[in-house]
Amino acid sequence: MKKDEATALDTKSTAPAEVSRRDLVTKFGVIGATALAATLAGVSLSACASASGATSSSSILKRRYGMVIDVRKCIGCRGCVLACKVENKTPPGVNYNVVLEQAFTVRPNDKPVFQTRPCFHCEKPSCVDVCPASATFKRESDGIVAIDYDRCIGCRYCLTACPYGARTFDFGENYPHTSEGSPFAAVPSPEYGQYRERSAHKSPIGNARKCTFCEHLQDDNGAYDKKAGRWPACARTCPGHAIVFGDLNDPESYPSRLLNERQAIRLKDDMGTEPNVYYLI
Amino acid sequence: MDSSQTLEKNGNGLKTALWVVAILMLLIGLPGVYDRLANGHIGANYGNLVTWGLWVAGYIFYIGLSAGAFLISSLLYVFGMKQFEKIGRLALFTAVVTLFLALLMIWMDLGHMGRAWHVMAYSNWKSPMAWMIWLYTFYFLLLCAELWLLMRSDFVRQSADPGWKGKVCKILKLGASDTSEESEKRDMKLVKILGAVGVPLAIMFHGGVGALFGTVAARPMWHSGLYPILFLLSAIVSGGALLMLVAAIFGKGLSENRSVMPILGKLVLATLLLDVLFQISEFLVVYRGGIPDHVEALNLVVFGEYWWVFWGLQLGIGTVIPIVILASKAINNPKMVALAGLLVVLGFIGVRLNIVIPALSAEEIHGFSEAIANPRMSNVYFPSLTEWLVTIGVCGVGLILFGIGEKIISPVRPTPGTEVPSATSA
Repeated sequence: MKKDEATALDTKSTAPAEVSRRDLVTKFGVIGATALAATLAGVSLSACASASGATSSSSILKRRYGMVIDVRKCIGCRGCVLACKVENKTPPGVNYNVVLEQAFTVRPNDKPVFQTRPCFHCEKPSCVDVCPASATFKRESDGIVAIDYDRCIGCRYCLTACPYGARTFDFGENYPHTSEGSPFAAVPSPEYGQYRERSAHKSPIGNARKCTFCEHLQDDNGAYDKKAGRWPACARTCPGHAIVFGDLNDPESYPSRLLNERQAIRLKDDMGTEPNVYYLI
Repeated sequence: MDSSQTLEKNGNGLKTALWVVAILMLLIGLPGVYDRLANGHIGANYGNLVTWGLWVAGYIFYIGLSAGAFLISSLLYVFGMKQFEKIGRLALFTAVVTLFLALLMIWMDLGHMGRAWHVMAYSNWKSPMAWMIWLYTFYFLLLCAELWLLMRSDFVRQSADPGWKGKVCKILKLGASDTSEESEKRDMKLVKILGAVGVPLAIMFHGGVGALFGTVAARPMWHSGLYPILFLLSAIVSGGALLMLVAAIFGKGLSENRSVMPILGKLVLATLLLDVLFQISEFLVVYRGGIPDHVEALNLVVFGEYWWVFWGLQLGIGTVIPIVILASKAINNPKMVALAGLLVVLGFIGVRLNIVIPALSAEEIHGFSEAIANPRMSNVYFPSLTEWLVTIGVCGVGLILFGIGEKIISPVRPTPGTEVPSATSA
């Protein structure tokens, strides 16, 4: 295959062929070497993917945060939904995660399957591609899909294009206890470290909103600290330890080890979105 | 001719009625617009599952009318089909007005109306929507330029009028003063060039609107290669139908445009039949393919809560009756053709609603609509009062623009050397 590509280049151009071939060989050599090293080290699928990704493009993801959700450990308490609400101070109708309940009608004696669904922070997020104003993006440093509230025009194309319904629109509604003028309304959302005052016509009202893996809890280096409590609220709260959060680039992280040892699936894998949230079933 | 005089008289009565209706609609729309501006989107009924509602449906309704009307105008100005001489300007004017209404509708739908310019300042070229905005901009400028060139010599001539019309024309002529035949010929040459540029532009932007939906793989009902083509085809159907209606009322109405009615009727009939064929193809493939997610959305269209929109509005009023009228001898009766036009246009409201809403109403993940007890997290949608009012108001704006436009562009003078014998010239 290496040879074929080099020959193809040769036929196109004559003079710089030698250079191209050498470049090509070197490039393939590097990929081969990293792949080999990775295999030798016994590193999992995720590390391997990032190694080849690193050589093919200059942007290296330092971290790639993701989750592994063990459906069998989920008891359907919806504590994650509440924890998220409390952490991010999301208004009614704005939900960064939901718990889906699937009952098997053909097996009535089985317990229902509960499935919490945060944002999957996909490798190829369809929401980012459709944004007309480049207001939403995937962060290179850690793979978190974020929204620039000041740029978002509120067209809701991203809500429409997300296959997982992970985005919601802030219509400007409030809970009775957080209505404008009430003491609770003065507590701002810590999202993106922006602490925005919530008032009509101002962002994030009129914007698309989504799960950020509680990125405001990261330190200056972009790291979380589970012991200090700086950990995504849903994962921190889950009483069954069903939500396992961590850096999928780190082969020693808990989610990486789970992915190595267990059989995981991703929702609608055929869509090509490559979610960074996996389910163990 | 007696008959043409009565037609004209009827036309005038109709016009007064239309003005009354237009102003009423505008007034009805005002509280809706106020609610939208004062309270943002709280008064709207779409949510996080059905993300787009009546306003987006209205937007693709108008944008289709615009593209269709423009493409029909190009039959005259680019392809030289003189049969459309009578309605050339009218078609272009219709394209401008409906484009304006489309943009007005989608503007209302934005979460931050003041940031609409962000789409141009920070365009994401991967997004069909960003392409759309740029193409609309060029298309809008092109339409205005083309219409102005067509009207230029008339503006110059009318600017001498003492009344308000003269004053308006004085502004609109933009300093032009030449009314010679050569200058008019030069205008027509430019019009032809602009029209020729406009045809691919119109195909791109309206095919693009189809692609805006079609590329969304998350919504199986839209995600079909047929979608952009279907949008283009339905644009010609609805645009042509609107022209049949407008030609019967606008200016001197049927007494002037009688000759063009059966031609337009045939064009609409042909494209409507083709549209039906495409729809059948889409339904067949989806239903026989049998993939549950695909079938679910179409089931909502055909058997869902709003089945009557499909069977009654879209199929009955918008398809079957117009086909019967246009395929029978009634096509020679201009009034019947105008009626068919009205029915097709009305039916297309159903078509557009059925494109936008059922595809969104079908759950992306099973159980999603029950996960959170909040109306915004529901997959049931019916437009709110605010949404209806705004929609009616925008329609009123359109009627008023037609009313004003009629006063200004009415004198349809055939271009030099292209006199077409008309049925009413007696």
